[in-house]
Amino acid sequence: MYDQSIPSQQLPNAVGVGYKPQHFAELLETPGPVEWVEIHAENYMGDGGRPHAQLRALSERFALSVHGVGLSIGGENPLDTAHLARLRKLLERANPGSFSEHLAWSTHGAEFLNDLLPLPYTDTTLARVGDHIAQVQDTLGRQMLLENPSSYLAFAESTYAETDFLAALVQRTGCGLLLDVNNVFVSSVNLGVSPQAYIDAYPLDAVGEIHVGGHDEVTDDHGAPLLIDSHGAPVVDPVWALLEYTLARCGPKPVLVEWDTDVPEWPILRAEAERAATALALAPAC
Amino acid sequence: MSVNQSSFRAALLDAAAPAPQGLQDATGAPAGRRYDVYRNNVVVSLTEAMKLAFPTVRALVGPENFDSLAPLFVRQHPPSSPLMMHYGADFPAFLEAFTPLAHLGYLGDVARFDLARRACYHAADAVPFDAAVLQRPPEVLGNLHLVCAPATRLIRSRWPVFDLWQRATDPTAPAPRPVGQAVLITRPEFDPEVHLLPTGAATWFTTLRTRSLGAAIEAATAAAPDFDFATTLTLALQSHAFCTPERTPE
Repeated sequence: MYDQSIPSQQLPNAVGVGYKPQHFAELLETPGPVEWVEIHAENYMGDGGRPHAQLRALSERFALSVHGVGLSIGGENPLDTAHLARLRKLLERANPGSFSEHLAWSTHGAEFLNDLLPLPYTDTTLARVGDHIAQVQDTLGRQMLLENPSSYLAFAESTYAETDFLAALVQRTGCGLLLDVNNVFVSSVNLGVSPQAYIDAYPLDAVGEIHVGGHDEVTDDHGAPLLIDSHGAPVVDPVWALLEYTLARCGPKPVLVEWDTDVPEWPILRAEAERAATALALAPAC
Repeated sequence: MSVNQSSFRAALLDAAAPAPQGLQDATGAPAGRRYDVYRNNVVVSLTEAMKLAFPTVRALVGPENFDSLAPLFVRQHPPSSPLMMHYGADFPAFLEAFTPLAHLGYLGDVARFDLARRACYHAADAVPFDAAVLQRPPEVLGNLHLVCAPATRLIRSRWPVFDLWQRATDPTAPAPRPVGQAVLITRPEFDPEVHLLPTGAATWFTTLRTRSLGAAIEAATAAAPDFDFATTLTLALQSHAFCTPERTPE
C-alpha cells in the first residue's frame, strides 16, 4: 500500500486548464486565474521537439498535472510495463504535482482502442484494479489519483455502487481520487440516479483534484436523454451547480476545466476558468 | 451474465454485430444504442488521429473521401500502442492494396512522406552541426563522417512526392511533373521543413549514413554524373540536416 504520510508536491487549490498547444503563447501572456495546467501524458512521450520544449516552458511558470489516458488500469490483462516505464520517465522529466489515470480499460491484447471503456464493479474487478493501481504506484514511487468514468450503460453483473467501488480502492491501495463532476452528472442522467446523491456517497476525503468539462446530449432507443462526455462544449449550468455543491462539502481543491475537441480560442477557455475560480473563491474552508 | 473484455471488444469494431448481452440501461433493458456510444468514440477518435497524421493524403484524395476511407483502415488496423503519435504505420501498405484507389498509385509514398514528417516533429533534439569542422585540408575532409540529426528523414520515390505535397498545400501550385523525386525533411528548430533534393543527393545522404564524405561523393557521382556536391552541401547545412560533426576517424 502506498504510504500517504509522504505526499508528493501538491497542486494548488486553484484553477487549472487542460493544456492545448494552440493556447501556448496566450496562456503564458494572459493566464487569468490559471495557476496550473494538465497535460495528457501520451502526447509528451515522443523523443523531443516542440512538445518537450513547451512542457519545459510550462513547468517554469505553472504547477503541472500529468493525466494518463493509455494505461488501461481496468484491463483484464497485465499492465503494459513498457508503457509504465515511459510514464515513469515522463514524470521524472516533468516533476508534476499530480499524476492521474482513469477507472477504465483501453488496451485489449495487442490493441489500443483509444477510448475509455467501462468495467463491471465486482469483487473480481476490485481485486484486479487494486493490484494494477498498486503496481503503478510502486513503479512510479508516488500516489496516483483515479478518475471516475462517464457511464453510458450499466453491467448486470455489478455488485458494487461506483462510489463504494472507488472507496474500496482508496482503502486497498492508498490512491487518491480525481473527481470529475461532469462525469458524475453524465453518468447520473444516463443511469437515472441523483448526481447530488452520488456526491453524498463519494469518498470526498480522498479527492486530490476535480474536473469540469462539457458534454453533448442525444437520446437512447427509448427516447431517454443520453449524455455523451465530449469535452467539446462549455460547462453547463447544472454541472457548475454540482461543482458548487461538491466544493461546499469538501472545501477548496484544484479544479480543472477540460476542453479537448472543437477547442475554442483562449479567451473563451479563460472565461470558463474564471467561472471556476469564482466557484472556488466562494467555497467554504472545510 | 458476465461480459468479459473480449466480448465487449468483439462488437466494438463491427457495426453489424449486436451489443453484448449483460449490458443494460437504468431500467434493466438491453443497452442498445448506449453501447454504440463506445463504438462511435473508438472509430471517431481514431479517424481524428488519422486526419492529423496524414494531412497530405487527405488533401490529395479530398477531405470527405478521406473521412470515409479512414474508418475502413482503423477497423482493420487498430493501434498497437497508446502512443497515437506512432499510429498509422500500416497506412501506406493499406493504401497500396486498396483497389478502388489503384489509379492513385502515389498515395502509399505520400503516406510515407506524412509519417516521416510527423516522426521528424517528435524526434530527439540534437546539438547543431558546427560548419567549422569543414575548414580542413581536402585529404582530411574526404575521411570525415557526417551524422544526420535524429529528426532528418529522406523519402525516395518513383512518384513526384515533392510536387504532390506542394499541390496538396497550395491548389494553385503547378501540376506534378511525371518524374520520381527525393525529398529531405529536416527540423531546424521545431517545425519540419521539406526540401526537394537535386539529382544524386539522395544517394549522397544514404551513403553518408555508413561511409565517409569522400565515399558518399563518389557514390553520388556514380549514380548521377551531374551530381552537384556544392549545392547539396549548402542545402544540407542550411536545412540543419546534420548534428554531431564527426565520428572517430577510421
